[in-house]
Amino acid sequence: MADEPILSVRDLHTHFFADEGVVRAVDGTSFDLHSGRTLGIVGESGCGKSVTAKSILRIVERPGRIVSGQIMLRRQNGSTVDLTTLPTDGREMRSIRGGEIGLVFQEPMSSLSAFHTIGNQLMEGIRLHKDLSKRAIREQAIELLNMVGIPRPAQRIDSYSFELSGGLRQRVMIAMALAAEPRVLIADEPTTALDVTTQAQILDLIRRLQQERDLAVMLITHDMGVIAEMADDVVVMYLGKEVEKGPVDEIFHAPRHPYTQSLLRSIPSVLAEPRSRLATITGSIPHPFARPGGCPFHPRCPDRHDVCEIIVPAEVVIGENHVTACHLYTKVPA
Amino acid sequence: MLAYLVRRVGLAVITIWAITIVTFIILQLPPGDFVDAYVAQASAMGTAISAGEAAALRHAYGLDQSVWVQYYKWMAHIVHGEFGQSFEYGRPVTEVIGDRLWLTILLSIGAIIVTWGLALPIGIYSAVRQYSIGDYIFTFIGFVGLAVPNFLLALIIMYVGLRVFNVSVGGLFSSEFQLAPWSWAKVWDLAGHLPVPMLILALAGTAQLVRIMRANLLDELRRPYVVTARARGLSERRVIMKYPVRAALNPFASTIGYLLPYTVSGSVIISVVLSLPTVGPLLLHSLISQDMLLGSTIILMLGVLTVFGTLLSDLLLMWIDPRIRLGQLK
Amino acid sequence: MSATTAENKVAVASQRQLIWWRFRKHKLALVSAFIVAAFYLVAMFADTIAYTEPFDTQSARSYIPPQPITWFDADGHFHPTVNALKGKRDPRTFKLSYAPDPGETRDLVLFGHGYEYRLFGLIPTDIHLLGVSNSRPQDALFLLGTDQLGRDVFSRLVLASRTSLTIGLVGVVMSLVLGVLLGGISGLYGGWIDVVIQRVIEILRSIPTIPLWMGLAAAVPNSWTPQQVYFVITLIISLIGWTELARVVRGRFLALREEDFITAAELAGASQMRIIFKHMVPSFLSHIIAAVSLALPAMIISETTLSFLGLGLRPPAISWGVLLQDAQNLQTLALAPWLLVVALPVIVVILAFNFLGDGLRDAADPYG
Repeated sequence: MADEPILSVRDLHTHFFADEGVVRAVDGTSFDLHSGRTLGIVGESGCGKSVTAKSILRIVERPGRIVSGQIMLRRQNGSTVDLTTLPTDGREMRSIRGGEIGLVFQEPMSSLSAFHTIGNQLMEGIRLHKDLSKRAIREQAIELLNMVGIPRPAQRIDSYSFELSGGLRQRVMIAMALAAEPRVLIADEPTTALDVTTQAQILDLIRRLQQERDLAVMLITHDMGVIAEMADDVVVMYLGKEVEKGPVDEIFHAPRHPYTQSLLRSIPSVLAEPRSRLATITGSIPHPFARPGGCPFHPRCPDRHDVCEIIVPAEVVIGENHVTACHLYTKVPA
Repeated sequence: MLAYLVRRVGLAVITIWAITIVTFIILQLPPGDFVDAYVAQASAMGTAISAGEAAALRHAYGLDQSVWVQYYKWMAHIVHGEFGQSFEYGRPVTEVIGDRLWLTILLSIGAIIVTWGLALPIGIYSAVRQYSIGDYIFTFIGFVGLAVPNFLLALIIMYVGLRVFNVSVGGLFSSEFQLAPWSWAKVWDLAGHLPVPMLILALAGTAQLVRIMRANLLDELRRPYVVTARARGLSERRVIMKYPVRAALNPFASTIGYLLPYTVSGSVIISVVLSLPTVGPLLLHSLISQDMLLGSTIILMLGVLTVFGTLLSDLLLMWIDPRIRLGQLK
Repeated sequence: MSATTAENKVAVASQRQLIWWRFRKHKLALVSAFIVAAFYLVAMFADTIAYTEPFDTQSARSYIPPQPITWFDADGHFHPTVNALKGKRDPRTFKLSYAPDPGETRDLVLFGHGYEYRLFGLIPTDIHLLGVSNSRPQDALFLLGTDQLGRDVFSRLVLASRTSLTIGLVGVVMSLVLGVLLGGISGLYGGWIDVVIQRVIEILRSIPTIPLWMGLAAAVPNSWTPQQVYFVITLIISLIGWTELARVVRGRFLALREEDFITAAELAGASQMRIIFKHMVPSFLSHIIAAVSLALPAMIISETTLSFLGLGLRPPAISWGVLLQDAQNLQTLALAPWLLVVALPVIVVILAFNFLGDGLRDAADPYG
């Protein structure tokens, strides 16, 4: 962790301005990505994980907008740029998308166009960021497919996405994300739609590529198992806020925030007592327009105090790189 | 792909067969057969036809036989291109129809091209700039286009043309070319007369297609593959034109299946209003004067041509859609 | 995220509430609903709103232009009047023609007396919404002018809307019966029945309809009464309407069969009838209503078109199409442009139905 982060997000707020009101999809989150390390972002669906990823790439759909915060990217040439200040469809931002930050999206079934061959879409990514001849681009595309473990890549390059299985499609997606050799890979629920065996293969692939290319990986998932397997550091998000952040071992062995604790309790385990009930988090995610005041988690929190309903907890440093936002660890004002 | 092809061709054949049956029914519907009409016509002109002669005529035309035999005989004639004589004109039906059929086809195809040419860019604009002022304006014009029956539109445009611009918008040829043989000058004259009826004919279809294109594209714009294309670093314009527009184009192109019958239908009516020399006015006239052989031939021809057009567009669709080509969709 | 927010919001509302919310957002649809209602009110009270016997011909009054109403008298008081007409004989042809007489006015009154009719076909009365105080309405009122035979265009227009609006309604009911029946069978049973019905629909949709109707309508004998013609024409135009409705019904049935709540009901042991009427029908009723309100204008256009071509309803029946037939040629239009006024209600009602149907369709799919 001594090296400088390649991408650092500071106090990011992305809000959606709908007719019915404002949804604070991302409401203050900060983290760093380092080369060769994996940051896991975990939380229930709708907690703002994907919006965070889209915010970094500046592809948040309307009516969503980054309201405040910084996204500092250290570019290949050594300069640092705040992505939030760039025009969304400008040349620089476009060269960063795909060129410096690759994205693997959660739905391999619909993340590829059915009307274009996978080669067409893959080569497009290379062509946009590299000045190569047509031949060279094709060769590189085949090489990429080979790298992600697609059998007979020279033939497969001309097939359509619907001719491939889900696992192969996700491999193609990874190849596409890495086509222009970015240094940051954002994987948004890369294994959610896949069966367990394929899941493991895809995770292995991501890990292998990370080692080969010294990638900084941001892995978004709701699956604590995936986090345990892949992540070096973890950010736990709830309703757009990060509630706990720290090294993976500490998060798993010494979780501090009640939400993190509940998440970990709700993982089914073979070691559990037979016939014991699986713990669940009581209640459900509140309506986005009816966000609770104070700590957003308080209505579902087993350890809540009166103060939780009124005051938003500040982040408290627990240990080295381990912080949490919970009143249990602050000095409760009298 | 082969299955798709067989299915489409098979359906076209069945449709054509259904059209012949309906046409035959129309032919048979008016009270009395055409010998009755012939007898009446002859007596009006002062020639009496005896009952015996009438019976002989009936026998000659097979009218004394069962409906099935009559249908079979009628079909046999049609397959050989014999559509019979028009009572009204006393000439073979095909001769009476003459160039009118080609002008109908020209007008309809022209209108479809105009429809697509207008609907595609407007639909894309309306979807990409959803809820913009332009979107609202186009949506409103579209609704008006849908609501005004095209004969009314033709009538109103004709009136406005006369009152405001003092020009007559009827017809497809200037008076000096109406009976002239085909020449480049006549073609040029036709080209000058076509746009107004084409536009009138295209308006309602355009309104529909804009709505279809807009809805499809709005659907497609939300798909994940658009996000991945963006994440690849493609410019917004390229993203939209290459991926969602391409995907939305398919349901759009497949609308020709009903756009064509719709346009052919419309051409009949506006031709009557604007007195265009297509089969429209001829059909109306023949039906009113109960010249059923002429009328039913026109209905048959329009129906069969429409089916052919639809089949052609299906084949085109098959060629451009990889999912059909590779047998993923049926 | 925005999608999930919408989902969360709707998760707490009932289906009917959702539909109402969505519909209310469509201001245009809401306004259109009132316009459509107004049109049907006019159709119901057509005889009361018309002030002149619609068949009352008088060749001398041919092509009288629309008559302006003077709303205020010289002192600025509200006192609506119209100018009386004065008959003039052409000195050469001795033909009598009428022209407004600026010197003589008639008072416009509400609920005046006119020709006798039966309200709703039951109550005999001669009260009309409009009348003139000191002469017979048919001698003095020509709000929208007259046609070639000297018949009052306003009164005819009002009575025509009754025919045209009901023909659409009856046609839609017939289409609906056919469409729901065949679409329902198709969607519910699937298999070869579905294939056959779908092919039939495909075939019907690929035939140009207007030449077809023209052919069928031309076969209606001239000797038939207007009622018989009305019925047959309705039948002919409903023959096409059903395919679209059948498509909608089938689509809903197919979609619903896959829905979890239907599976749940099946697993819970509910009978098929119960599933259809308790679970399926309520959830696609709104779709049907939307489809109907979109099919209605198509029916109205069909009738108007056929009658306009002279193949639908024929005089003495009055419908919008029949009235428009009078405005068919340029010479007439040049002479009496007010005959084209019939186009206005046609366009307005079709537009209103389209907006209404669109609003309903959007509202019917609150999760879409």
